[in-house]
Amino acid sequence: MTANGFFSFARLGALLTKEFIQMRRDRITFAMMLGVPLMQLVLFGFAINSDPKSLPAALLATSNDQYTRAMVSALQNTNYYRFDHIAHTAAEAEELMASGEVAFVVTIPADFGRRVAAGDAPQILIEADATDPSASSGAVSTLGTVANQALLRAQGMEASSAETAKGQLEVVVHRRYNPEGISQYNIVPGLLGVILQMTMVMMTSMALTRETERGTMENLLAMPASPAEIMLGKVLPYLVVGAVQVTVVLVASKLLFAIPFIGSLSLLLSAILVFVLALVLLGYTISTIARTQMQAMQLTFFFFLPSILLSGFMFPYRGMPGWAQALGEILPLTHFLRIIRAVMLKGAELPAIAVEVGILGLFVAVFAGLALFRFRRTLD
Amino acid sequence: MNAIEVTNLVKRFGDKTVVDHVTMTVAEGEIVGFLGPNGSGKTTTIRIMCGLLTPDEGEGQVLGYDLRSDSLKIKREVGYMTQKFSFYEDLTIGENLEFVARLYKLRPVEEHVARTLEELGLTTRRNQLAGTLSGGWKQRLALAACIMHKPKLLLLDEPTAGVDPKARREFWDEIHRLARGGLTVLVSTHYMDEAERCHRISYISYGKMLASGTVEEVVRNAGLTTFVVSGPRLDQIASALEGRPGVEQVAPFGATLHVVGSDRQKLEAALADIGSREGVTVAPGETSLEDVFIQFMAASRDNMS
Repeated sequence: MTANGFFSFARLGALLTKEFIQMRRDRITFAMMLGVPLMQLVLFGFAINSDPKSLPAALLATSNDQYTRAMVSALQNTNYYRFDHIAHTAAEAEELMASGEVAFVVTIPADFGRRVAAGDAPQILIEADATDPSASSGAVSTLGTVANQALLRAQGMEASSAETAKGQLEVVVHRRYNPEGISQYNIVPGLLGVILQMTMVMMTSMALTRETERGTMENLLAMPASPAEIMLGKVLPYLVVGAVQVTVVLVASKLLFAIPFIGSLSLLLSAILVFVLALVLLGYTISTIARTQMQAMQLTFFFFLPSILLSGFMFPYRGMPGWAQALGEILPLTHFLRIIRAVMLKGAELPAIAVEVGILGLFVAVFAGLALFRFRRTLD
Repeated sequence: MNAIEVTNLVKRFGDKTVVDHVTMTVAEGEIVGFLGPNGSGKTTTIRIMCGLLTPDEGEGQVLGYDLRSDSLKIKREVGYMTQKFSFYEDLTIGENLEFVARLYKLRPVEEHVARTLEELGLTTRRNQLAGTLSGGWKQRLALAACIMHKPKLLLLDEPTAGVDPKARREFWDEIHRLARGGLTVLVSTHYMDEAERCHRISYISYGKMLASGTVEEVVRNAGLTTFVVSGPRLDQIASALEGRPGVEQVAPFGATLHVVGSDRQKLEAALADIGSREGVTVAPGETSLEDVFIQFMAASRDNMS
């Protein structure tokens, strides 16, 4: 009975043909597979900026001496501050901040210039709206150096010579792999993972439930197709869809966003293959659990939101408490993000990402086992 | 060898026993009608026989293969037509047949598909989506797809529900033609005329097999007596008879009234005064299969309460 045994390529071929025809006929889904990734990439790629500049600020300065002017223009030159409000009283400044009109209030006291001239330690106050800490963090972090340098320059001293002359500690910061701190370098490769995660899991999760809902499952099960054939027949077509999406996103990231690609393309593609395989098998597993397409959709979303929030796509992974990081570890997206960022931006070679790829491989094995175990060969 | 030989099949869903110790034998080449009210366990029994459900208890062989361990082999040699059309509505007629042919590894695929299409008379509509077919054509397509791999046993679950009389007639002609060729058929139905076209029938109610045999046997074994009442104002007679001891069924049949009971003497006593009414005749009649089934249904409802 080997010819008709557990696995047959002829039967798999029949299932694949059927699946591709159905996919082609379902125009809206087909359009979604190609249109959605591109739309999301363009939308989020251009929209998300984790280092916002030109934030509205209010200036509260009572004197107009040269030191005050120097300080204001230095702040403006960082591009973080845009002084479009001049407050005359502290109450007025407070109101601007409370109403959300401005993100910063810069207060330069009247005696600022005098204290600088006198060599006394001068002070300026910068109040930041920290209801969204990440929005103001970039602007705040640059302050110390900017203010000092501005002051020294105004006093007629070269910043570097003054500092070395005083023998002060100099901290050198190199922003490696992304010297200009462009958010898109971080976001766009991550988006590939998120887009794949959403479309792959959702579409495969509906694969079996659709057959169950339409009643075709009963017929399919009554015919001689083995669980492995049915699984591959459902999973492989979506792997092809995934390949198309990957191509679309990678080409667009090069053309639209000029994201540097330092590492090996073939290495990245191999890693993506493992990731997509893990996703479609996860979707298929959901498909064996859910009884209706609605349930499948809900289960998908149950998985989708933590993936976005805990994987390090939106928020820094290292900023989360230990238990949340542990949760993040059991999401395939977390590992994929590390891989794609490492390969694309850092030019990582296989040894550097072997562990992450291995973990993705583990997901594939676990999901495949789970799916085959959960698959109901009968209608019981 | 019997095509189907199952003993004491039990299937429960939760605490509900849907199939309750069903024993059934179907000889090769036989057409067996499977009857019973809605929800009586017909579909579940058929699904067990084609390996779609595993029985909780009981043993059996289908085409000589064990019901529990050889379900894959059973699937290859059984044709199962589901109650609801369950081929792909978004595939064309041709694509559906190709899919089935390839799943059963029928080679060459194209030859099988073309022949089936020709037998169906659908060659010109090959590229039409299956979902756009009418009920009768869907049923014909489903049957054709089920017998394409030349199964030895055909399981049909209410195949003619919602199909017009002419299509039903043609369907049954086809079934008989197939049976002459050695195919065994188990077909569930609600229609009495269809039951009478079967070699044997089995009646199941609330999961229990109540009767089996030829139509004559089933009617005879039911032990019912039927009187045919004719005359004016039958509706009044019907309400007068209702509830009298010995009268178990009163049903209008065209211009007559069938009065059925299992105790002949009580029934005769109940009808004594009716026969003396003016213009009314009471004559012994033949018990029909339907009378028997309604009797079964009433009896099993009593058992349930």
